[in-house]
Amino acid sequence: MTIVQNPQAPQTGAADAESGFAKLMSRVKRVIASNPSVLPTVAAIVIFIGMVVYGEVAYGRIVQYNTLSNLFINNAHLIILAVAMTFVILTGGIDLSVGSVIALSSVAGVMLANAGWDPMVVIVLMILIGTAMGLASGILIQYFNVQPFIATLAMMFLGRGLAALLSTQPERLADDSPILWLGEQFKVIDGEKVNDVVITPGVIIALLVVLIAFFVLHRTRTGRTVYAIGGSESSSALMGLAVPRTKVLVYVISGTLSGVAAVVYTSRLGIAQNITGIGWELDAIAATVIGGTLLTGGYGYVLGSVVGALVLGLMNVLITRDGGIPPEMTTIITGGILLIFVLLQRAVTSKRRT
Amino acid sequence: MSTAARTTWLRELIRKPFFWGVIAIFALLALNVIKDPNYLALSVNPVNGNLVGNVVDILRASAPILMIAVGMSLVIATGGIDLSVGSVMAVSGAVAMVFMKDAGQSGSVGVALGAIGLALLVSAILGAINGVLVAYIGLQPFISTLIMMLAGRGIAKVITEGQNTSATNDPFRWIANGFVIGLPVVFLFAIIIVIIVGLVVRRSALGLMIEAIGINPKASRMAGIKPTGLLLTVYILSAVLAGVAGIMSVGTVMTVDVSRTGYQMELDAILAVVIGGTSLAGGKFSIGGAVVGALLIATLDKTIVFLGISSSATPAFKAIVIVVLCLLQSDRVRGWFVQRRKPPMLRTPSLPAEPKKQEVSA
Repeated sequence: MTIVQNPQAPQTGAADAESGFAKLMSRVKRVIASNPSVLPTVAAIVIFIGMVVYGEVAYGRIVQYNTLSNLFINNAHLIILAVAMTFVILTGGIDLSVGSVIALSSVAGVMLANAGWDPMVVIVLMILIGTAMGLASGILIQYFNVQPFIATLAMMFLGRGLAALLSTQPERLADDSPILWLGEQFKVIDGEKVNDVVITPGVIIALLVVLIAFFVLHRTRTGRTVYAIGGSESSSALMGLAVPRTKVLVYVISGTLSGVAAVVYTSRLGIAQNITGIGWELDAIAATVIGGTLLTGGYGYVLGSVVGALVLGLMNVLITRDGGIPPEMTTIITGGILLIFVLLQRAVTSKRRT
Repeated sequence: MSTAARTTWLRELIRKPFFWGVIAIFALLALNVIKDPNYLALSVNPVNGNLVGNVVDILRASAPILMIAVGMSLVIATGGIDLSVGSVMAVSGAVAMVFMKDAGQSGSVGVALGAIGLALLVSAILGAINGVLVAYIGLQPFISTLIMMLAGRGIAKVITEGQNTSATNDPFRWIANGFVIGLPVVFLFAIIIVIIVGLVVRRSALGLMIEAIGINPKASRMAGIKPTGLLLTVYILSAVLAGVAGIMSVGTVMTVDVSRTGYQMELDAILAVVIGGTSLAGGKFSIGGAVVGALLIATLDKTIVFLGISSSATPAFKAIVIVVLCLLQSDRVRGWFVQRRKPPMLRTPSLPAEPKKQEVSA
């Protein structure tokens, strides 16, 4: 019974989609025509679906419970980082420090936990380390007029250096540490063999972060100010929006969420090292840009960034499944995809201007 | 000759942007001397007549930083940034090592020259990609070079198939480890290249045009400067200099470690430029300042290791230095100092405007 039922579920879904397909297409066309900045986000969704279809046809075992659950579990930290980066890029800034904030926060956290600190205190401290780093770059950028990428580049090296000062060895959490609970897998739907829908508290945290971010950006005054700053900083200042406070706030948000990502990542792996997270700032930027957020700020969607993070995660899965592509190509491919999307943005924005 | 002339000369020196960099170098050296009174001692190796000592080590270590710092100062002068220098170093080193390995273990000069030529060519291509993206397509410099920073390390890994690659070639090794008239060849090379770049840029209108782009791209275009070609040239030059730096740094050990060669060198380059008094906002550069900055970074690196601190912690110190320097450059902090200096200014109201103008033109 179960064998027959499983393939049926996606089929009925496909049939449903097909009946409403024409309707959907015309709606998408109308949205794109009215607002060309949606185009990259739509492109990201199309690419994600395309990758899923290609993976299913070429390698198989993509559209099934455990692959998709693992996609979320393994990329929970990246989703959180992409959300953080979306806030910063929407204001027209950039945060290059997210990867090393994770390194510093997780090394410090694991060492404190192993020193016998209370796990709740450790988790709060890990998040606060991120907040402090974000606050520092925010103040540098807003009140001392340092360019965002220089200020956060400095924070990136500060974080890495401090993490190296703490320890250059892999720090392992004790096997019975309560922090590991956040990375524990729970079966939601028990499929056949290992084909289960599993979820970790880390994934739930990531989804909560996405929901809260969506609410803040689209339903609050702060969110509107974030978009306004990206559109034109001087105009929003003239309109009386709280520009300085909001600009510092986005870096604080970014730092804090990096701390949260550090907690999620450490709880999944149980190991922290000073070289954790090298290049993640690029993954986060790539996810955000693929998701349709303009690097110049002002346009973009948090949900798009989530899709972007999933595209990157799925790309890793496909590269592993393929086996023919050397793993060192991953960075080149990520860079190439990022470049294509930046060029796409460029084309879209220049079209709008004329 | 009078004391007045001497004080103005001294005041001029203090006002030079890289003056504090020079002071910092001496402070670091003094710190080392306190730890070990013989730190500055130079001796002559009786066998081959080479100078031996910590200062020579610092000069040798400063050579690659000098290269990327000069390239970076030109890029920053156009109002851009080149974050890919570290990765280009790795690519250039990887190309040279793989070429020499495949050419067999012959120690011929031709193989060494071929390796260097190919490495510089590949670096120039990477630089040209950066330049085209920035100048012709109009991407923000930091994002296009950030992509190159990521992809470059991947390219280096693909070239070496992810492994540390070593080769033996004595002429190539000589570049990094040899001595001429008692001084390390690598430092002499670096200084010669710096002087050539400095002369080309400052004795022609090139430097002025580069600065004009950085000050106001629109105005410079209306004044008849074509920014696209110049930008392309500057990014290619930066990448080629990074390629030279890569050759220098793999030459010392004759091994390329794709994840370590040139790692985090982009910070060194930016730091050297900022120490040299060049504003990150673009519009001016100082080759002499970049040289001072590079020497200071080499001294800082050696000092940290000499004091027994883990070398992987050096980024933290550099980050602190760069934050302090950025703070000093910001209007807000300058405002605090100006306020404190106000009483003497009130006495001679015409003076304060003048030195500022000089600083811009210098």
